[in-house]
Amino acid sequence: MREASEVETFDATAVNSARVRQPLYAARKKIFPKRAEGRFRRFKWIVMLITLGVYYLTPWIRWNRGAFAPDQGVLVDLANRRFYFFPIEIWPQEFYFVAGLLIMAGFGLFLLTSTVGRAWCGYTCPQTVWVDLFLVVERAIEGERNARIKLDAAPWSANKLFRRIAKHAIWLLIAVLTGGAWIFYFADAPTLARELATGQAAPVAYMTIAILTGTTYVFGGLMREQVCTYMCPWPRIQAAMLDENSLTVTYNDWRGEPRSRHAKKAAAAGQVIGDCVDCNACVAVCPMGIDIRDGQQLECITCALCIDACDNVMDKIGKERGLISYATLAEYESNRLLATAGGAAAIDPRRVRDASGRLSDKVATFHLKKLLRPRNLIYFAAWSTVGLGLIYALLTRERLQVNVLADRNPQYVVLSDGAIRNGFTVKLLNMIPEPRTFTVTLENLPDADMNVVGMDHPAGRSFSVEVEPDKLKTLKVFVRQPHDSIAGPKQSIRFVVQDTASHESAQYDATFESPMEPVR
Amino acid sequence: MSEKQIDEISGVSTTGHEWDGIKELDNPMPRWWLIVYYATVVWAAAYVIAYPAWPLISKATTGLLGYSSRGEVRQELDAAQAAKADYVAGIRDKTVAQILADEKLRTFATAAGAAAFKVNCVQCHGSGAQGSPGYPNLNDDEWLWGGKPEDIHKTIAHGVRFAEDADTRVSEMPAFGGMLEPKQITDVATYVASLSGRAGDATPAVLSAGKEIFAQNCAACHGADGKGNRELGAPNLTDAIWFYGSSPEAIAQQIRAPKHGVMPAWSARLGDVTVKELAVYVHSLGGGE
Repeated sequence: MREASEVETFDATAVNSARVRQPLYAARKKIFPKRAEGRFRRFKWIVMLITLGVYYLTPWIRWNRGAFAPDQGVLVDLANRRFYFFPIEIWPQEFYFVAGLLIMAGFGLFLLTSTVGRAWCGYTCPQTVWVDLFLVVERAIEGERNARIKLDAAPWSANKLFRRIAKHAIWLLIAVLTGGAWIFYFADAPTLARELATGQAAPVAYMTIAILTGTTYVFGGLMREQVCTYMCPWPRIQAAMLDENSLTVTYNDWRGEPRSRHAKKAAAAGQVIGDCVDCNACVAVCPMGIDIRDGQQLECITCALCIDACDNVMDKIGKERGLISYATLAEYESNRLLATAGGAAAIDPRRVRDASGRLSDKVATFHLKKLLRPRNLIYFAAWSTVGLGLIYALLTRERLQVNVLADRNPQYVVLSDGAIRNGFTVKLLNMIPEPRTFTVTLENLPDADMNVVGMDHPAGRSFSVEVEPDKLKTLKVFVRQPHDSIAGPKQSIRFVVQDTASHESAQYDATFESPMEPVR
Repeated sequence: MSEKQIDEISGVSTTGHEWDGIKELDNPMPRWWLIVYYATVVWAAAYVIAYPAWPLISKATTGLLGYSSRGEVRQELDAAQAAKADYVAGIRDKTVAQILADEKLRTFATAAGAAAFKVNCVQCHGSGAQGSPGYPNLNDDEWLWGGKPEDIHKTIAHGVRFAEDADTRVSEMPAFGGMLEPKQITDVATYVASLSGRAGDATPAVLSAGKEIFAQNCAACHGADGKGNRELGAPNLTDAIWFYGSSPEAIAQQIRAPKHGVMPAWSARLGDVTVKELAVYVHSLGGGE
């Protein structure tokens, strides 16, 4: 028998001991972003004003298109299959314009990301804009960061209940207005607003509002940064677009470290100190709840509010702005090498400063010229090629089209005098919102003539027809050719359509079929 | 299970089932699962009351809402009928010529006629109405019984040589096989072929003999010039369209022992509205007069 103390003990701790074990599901930790002040915050207010203004007001802009088309500037008329964008009207077969715009949006995002990083996420993404808007409401009702933290921790009281109800009610109101604004793009806005108010609108309108209200409220009010971190695929894709020359929000540890809260005392004690005073202002303003001083990270949407917060602190303590700044990875690495003497030692900010205490000339800074690199130029070239192509297509597109379908059964009919008749379905597209008169003329086959079912006129080589504004007219046309002028089983035939007023014209080449053997 | 067994590690009671020393914990269901479960129970009960559910001997319980899928189909069909009631009434009240003059009615009747044609007529006349030997092509401008709207309407309504209909179109060409000599038949067939330029290298003697026989035997119905007579349903023999073939041999065969097609009368079977729609459709195929 041995004493317990004689038993060999191991220096081991359980990797998964109950003490350190993480729960399988971690509840969201609430974030209470402090309001930042500064140039990026001002820029974000302006962007928010513009984006929200565009979204809410666009359907209410009127645009006169005459008596035969809606007078709404931007309208997606699903029932009549038309898309109106100010002077441009798009038919379903012209959807390639929309596809082209989407391709441009794609290239635009690539270009934006490779130059200024995740600027889309930080400034213009609807998720960012609406979360910002919801935070304005939260701040107005519950107060600034500290007051909100206190209120959240406080037990339920009449005051807390009132503030919570008020906040969620206003959020819901914004959500309803957001969902409501969406449907105005799909119908005449004033009419739809009246119908909505009186309960006359289509059920799908109310359904759409309800769904978008739900998503706006849940994403913007409740889920916030989780949408960006967990749900959105775009941050992952953007990671592939960034390179060492893309601008991102960067904590410049080469001048900030070692951080110290008691700079004077530390300096007096002869310690090396950086510019960071560890005030956590950058952490307090972050809507994503991260510490930018940990370096580049997936959660960072580069909203640059930490730059504003830090710049204010630097101003106060008399240091240069830009401890946190937009910088490329290449600049950062070069400055870091400078501060660590080529990576040989710990960061010593004295290495990046000259004798007078200013940042030395060796510190790399950003120049606009750096944007002119092949990657950006290629993205820009692709983007503008698609754009110019679309403009060219728009300027040269036809507003009068003709389609001709030859009868397939029977392909031809032998008439009693031996002549051959072919039937054609002719479709005339008047693609402008005005009534127009077209003349349809037959070219080739000089001896042939045509007549139209339902139109009372003698057979001839040309006829006029009126087509309603913005409509398609289908005509059944019979073309007859005497047997002695038939030159073979397949002869080409051309229908030419011309606007009698503007002389705009279109044509269609078809085939006139005859039997292999002559009839007589 | 006699007494409650508690799992030592988790402090949760077990079900008492044991597999190789492993016991199943008896954790409570998640609350959301229970809520969904109870909701489905309530839904099922309400469904049984509201909708047809229990099968009986000859039918099922009807449910409080009185729903049936047959009833739904009936409603949709009624709605479709109601939607076209105005057109149908217009077609009933107007003649085929009047329908043709009214663009909206004509468009509707053409579409309805095309559908009825696909069901009732394509078996003989073909899906493109192009016909086949013995069955006329309805696209062309040759009409045995007339190509005016009312003529076409009458032919469809009462048929051709259709014994059950008193107003049916009747014509019958005699079989000349027993009345004329074979030589006479080939002569007259050659002459008839020559009327539309198909006689080949026939001698003038044959043609003049054939012409004489034609004047004696055929002109009564087909006319002295061979242009036919629609009153009698006698076809025009001078044009490019041939029912049973255009060669002198085929013509001789038709003179010797003529074939006579029969077309049923459709008004009793389809009703006057559908017959008018068919007439409009056939008239619009391109040969209408």
